[in-house]
Amino acid sequence: MTERRPSPAADLDRQLADLEQEIDRLRRRSREHSVPVDAEIAPLVERAEQLRVQIYTHPSPWHIVQLARQSQRPRLLDFLGTLCSDVMELHGDRLYRDDPALLAALARFNGQPVVVIGHNKGKDTKENIARNFGMPYPEGYRKALRAMRLAEKFRYPVISFVDTPGAYPGDEAEERGQAEAIARNIQEMSRLRTPVVVVITGEGGSGGALAIAVGDAVLMLQYAVYTVISPEGCAAILWHDASRARDAAAALKLTAEDLHALGVVDEVLPEPFGGAHRDPDATFATVREALQRHLQALRTVPIEVLLDRRYEKYRRMGRILEESTQSIE
Amino acid sequence: MPAGIWAKCPRCRNLIYRKELERNLKVCPKCSYHHRLTAVERLEITLDENSFQEYDAGLASTDPLGFESYPDKLSEAQAKTEQAEAVLTGEGTIEGWRTVTGALDFYFMGGSMGSAVGEKVARAAERAHAQRLPLLIFSASGGARMQEGVLSLMQLAKTSAAIGRLHDAGLPYLSVMCDPTTGGVTASFAFLGDVILAEPGALIGFAGRRVIEQTIRRKLPEDFQTAEFCLQKGLLDMVVPRTEMRSALSRLLAFVGAPRLVPVQIEPAPAAQP
Repeated sequence: MTERRPSPAADLDRQLADLEQEIDRLRRRSREHSVPVDAEIAPLVERAEQLRVQIYTHPSPWHIVQLARQSQRPRLLDFLGTLCSDVMELHGDRLYRDDPALLAALARFNGQPVVVIGHNKGKDTKENIARNFGMPYPEGYRKALRAMRLAEKFRYPVISFVDTPGAYPGDEAEERGQAEAIARNIQEMSRLRTPVVVVITGEGGSGGALAIAVGDAVLMLQYAVYTVISPEGCAAILWHDASRARDAAAALKLTAEDLHALGVVDEVLPEPFGGAHRDPDATFATVREALQRHLQALRTVPIEVLLDRRYEKYRRMGRILEESTQSIE
Repeated sequence: MPAGIWAKCPRCRNLIYRKELERNLKVCPKCSYHHRLTAVERLEITLDENSFQEYDAGLASTDPLGFESYPDKLSEAQAKTEQAEAVLTGEGTIEGWRTVTGALDFYFMGGSMGSAVGEKVARAAERAHAQRLPLLIFSASGGARMQEGVLSLMQLAKTSAAIGRLHDAGLPYLSVMCDPTTGGVTASFAFLGDVILAEPGALIGFAGRRVIEQTIRRKLPEDFQTAEFCLQKGLLDMVVPRTEMRSALSRLLAFVGAPRLVPVQIEPAPAAQP
């Protein structure tokens, strides 16, 4: 046991990173020189696994950020393929083009028709390049709005899956009105005349996430994150030091547990030990059960009541001080 | 604002007699650069004299996340601006037309929107609704206030939802974007106006220039994200010089059927361009 314990989490991280580097080095050597190193690697792999168990028993906010960004985490297409049947993808915003970073589809959930929208992050570099890492252009948000209008027209519920680093910060996205597209979606979702259930499955990156995340029930996987700015961005602005992202992750209160306590998230959906990717089937079952429960409850609420509740829910969000200095909500 | 007889224009670098600059509504008489205004100055040059009745003057943000040094930054901003928060809202008239008007203050933590700014904008929209008055908001903001985390992000939803209700009620909402209007404020109420105006040269955009340049690995043109650029891209209705803003707003308010104070007392137009 070491005496020095400035940050136990950071310490475990460093140990794990060192181990992983060593394992990588051995594997490379093995490949390059065709020498067997399995016997050397095995204990290191085991030690790394032990460290992971230690880390993920009580993951720090920064670990949770890593889990949320994990490349093997279940993606929109996994949820769609497992939870829905009769999926028919809808393409295009009818104005400019079809944005592959954001998917819209007609589908059935438990046999009932629904409209599904979601950020379409990929699992590998090739998929991610094709889908712009799940970072939509304005046309992606406008496609989502078009699909939601269909849902409204036929009174089908909307299920929205959120997993994006953010809206794409490119020149063309700006020129085509990224801000307007996000603002429009937020406003229209706040008064869409059909139930909306949101599941934050991975990264909830700021306005680019909120643009499809206003709903009657906002559910969040245990190791997803939802934040106004990335921890790296926050650290760079605040401390001029992006390497302090770990501190920013803690300060921003971006975990599901924190956001549930702040009243931003309605329900936290538990994940398997070590993250959703360790047992995707268990994750799908949890999401299916929660969706079923919320959709059923929302289906019976008269639309005007639903809209008033939705309005009041967002209306109350935030903490303010009035003149009399008592804190309100 | 630093005191002194002369002011230096940050664009053309000319020294300008401060009184002349003020008379010209802080528009540089040499190069037409529109100096940034405080919320108080904005309301002063926009509304009829003594017509402003402020709402929620004492409403302020708190530190919901226990965020490092946020309480200090808030107190500093409050001391500097003598305001509780980064937006002023209230009722006032423009050439006699009754409005609910809000003005964000870039000098208060970059005009950033936290819970209090969101709350004041939402209340302004709700009061406009209740009294059937047009809503007018002058934006000047760097975006959502990082120190309140996702609670700041939720103010995008709160303000947009409140403005949605104004639309449902058939009430007009005019948005004026001033330098700079970026980030979360653009992605909510600033871009939801029935008519969207901007001041010349104002920086308007969602993502910051540096982030975009890093993303696309190219230099952006000088005029990127200016009001004129946005107008050309179809994102705004009009770019209106500050000296003509009051009359433009008055004409718009007449169009959208704002109630008028009786008896009508029309103020002389502010000093026109020489």
